[in-house]
Amino acid sequence: MTIWLIALRGIVAREVLRFVHQRERFLGALVRPLVWLFVFAAGFRAALGIAIIPPYETYIPYEVYIVPGLIGMIQLFNGMQGSLSMVYDREMGSMRVLLTSPLPRGFLLMARLLGGVVVSVLQVAAFLLIVRLYGIDLPTMAPLTVLPALLLNGLMLGALGMVLASTIRQLENFAGVMNFVVFPLFFLSSALYPLYRMEEAGPLLWWLCSLNPFTHGVELIRFALYGQLDGQGLAVVAGATLLFAALAVRGYSPARGMGSRAPAAG
Amino acid sequence: MTVPALEAAGLRHSYGGGRMALEDAAFTVMPGHFTCLLGPNGAGKSTLFALATGLLRPTAGHVRIHGHDIALEPGKALARMGVVFQQPTLDLDLTVMQNLRYFAALHGIGRREANRRIEAELVRLSLYERAGEKVRALNGGHRRRAEIARALLHRPSLLLLDEPTVGLDIPARRTLIRHVHALCAGDGTGDDGDRIAVLWATHLIDEIDPATDHVVVLHRGRVRASGAAPAVSAAAGCATVAEAFDRLTATRPAKESSSIGEAAA
Repeated sequence: MTIWLIALRGIVAREVLRFVHQRERFLGALVRPLVWLFVFAAGFRAALGIAIIPPYETYIPYEVYIVPGLIGMIQLFNGMQGSLSMVYDREMGSMRVLLTSPLPRGFLLMARLLGGVVVSVLQVAAFLLIVRLYGIDLPTMAPLTVLPALLLNGLMLGALGMVLASTIRQLENFAGVMNFVVFPLFFLSSALYPLYRMEEAGPLLWWLCSLNPFTHGVELIRFALYGQLDGQGLAVVAGATLLFAALAVRGYSPARGMGSRAPAAG
Repeated sequence: MTVPALEAAGLRHSYGGGRMALEDAAFTVMPGHFTCLLGPNGAGKSTLFALATGLLRPTAGHVRIHGHDIALEPGKALARMGVVFQQPTLDLDLTVMQNLRYFAALHGIGRREANRRIEAELVRLSLYERAGEKVRALNGGHRRRAEIARALLHRPSLLLLDEPTVGLDIPARRTLIRHVHALCAGDGTGDDGDRIAVLWATHLIDEIDPATDHVVVLHRGRVRASGAAPAVSAAAGCATVAEAFDRLTATRPAKESSSIGEAAA
């Protein structure tokens, strides 16, 4: 039992250390959502009015609406970035080291996944601090109540990244994943506009947004910020997490090789 | 009878597309032996390492580590195995100490015990004063030594090294070869005094000690010869291991039955 805990702690600590040592990555992770908040949201504020929808109890400025979506965005990028870096050879090397541990492969991959989620939670914490300094009001307890939602949403997106890293061979550069995964997930969600607005735009768009697990992750976060539970969001995110995690572990099974690729000739 | 530290039997592997990366490979690595896995580039050495460490599963046959089949009991097999991969696997932005602590944690070694072992290993490899430095600041030879120190933290009885001297200058190569030979000779890794078994993959013939080492000659996915270096040279009718290696890995198919079908590939 203790062996598992020691390994889990070691794996998570490594992810956090690596993140702390890469200042550019930390800044990049913060600058992206802040640009959206300071520029995009400020400009959009006038154009987009939002009706009173749960969990909000009054009319809210657009900046308030977009915060959960940007938290989701931080986790989305973190999940894709962390897992896709596995594709690169240097990372393949460290992946090999991870898999020389005598503990079961599924456990090791999930521990590594959790390490990435912890990193994303640190990023979100820094973002929430700036949001507060910027003057956007959130409930005092929001950083605490949102934590479980962050963990689950982070696991889902990290597992999705792992699945992509192990199955999609062509998307070895981040630009490809941006175009075909990150942008569709982000824009076809409730991160930037409420779903009812999408319904007005057209049934197909609304349907796509409703099916997008990222929408449910964002809604889970949105309700959790206000101390409420989005039951449907929880169910969808939990289900998607299980599915992606199972696919990720299967993708790294020894029978199929390290993501099915041959080692360097030698 | 001593159980081999590593036993490959009937090992075949194909990445698909008809070409066999390994074909019926069979050999053993005994405790206390420094065994060189010799083969030109593309002979199948890295495939063999991937199979031995469980990263790939063989198409047929098996690899046993102290009697534990890596495919069936990966935990037991991996617990006794230390690996140094061909490609560098240290985190460049972390310190030597942080890298080693991470690895110790992967093997369930607690913090205090890990620190004790890391200190002992680093001192033995004359690397202790660099423990707090980021790996990025270390040269290739020191990085390799740190990887060997890392591979020994869980006190394995089998050490696998895949072309560990690639990219090193000659003095660093010599140091490394001497050090691993010393490990093999029972320079005290395990507390119980067990002598460690080493499988050292290389395509550089001069890394072999022709008097004491064992060799496995791999060519085009087949084991061409294996045994003590002098015996292998003698069996090939050669005076030196280098000559034997050249003869056994000549591109022209040898007359043994093992080369049937190779022309088609």
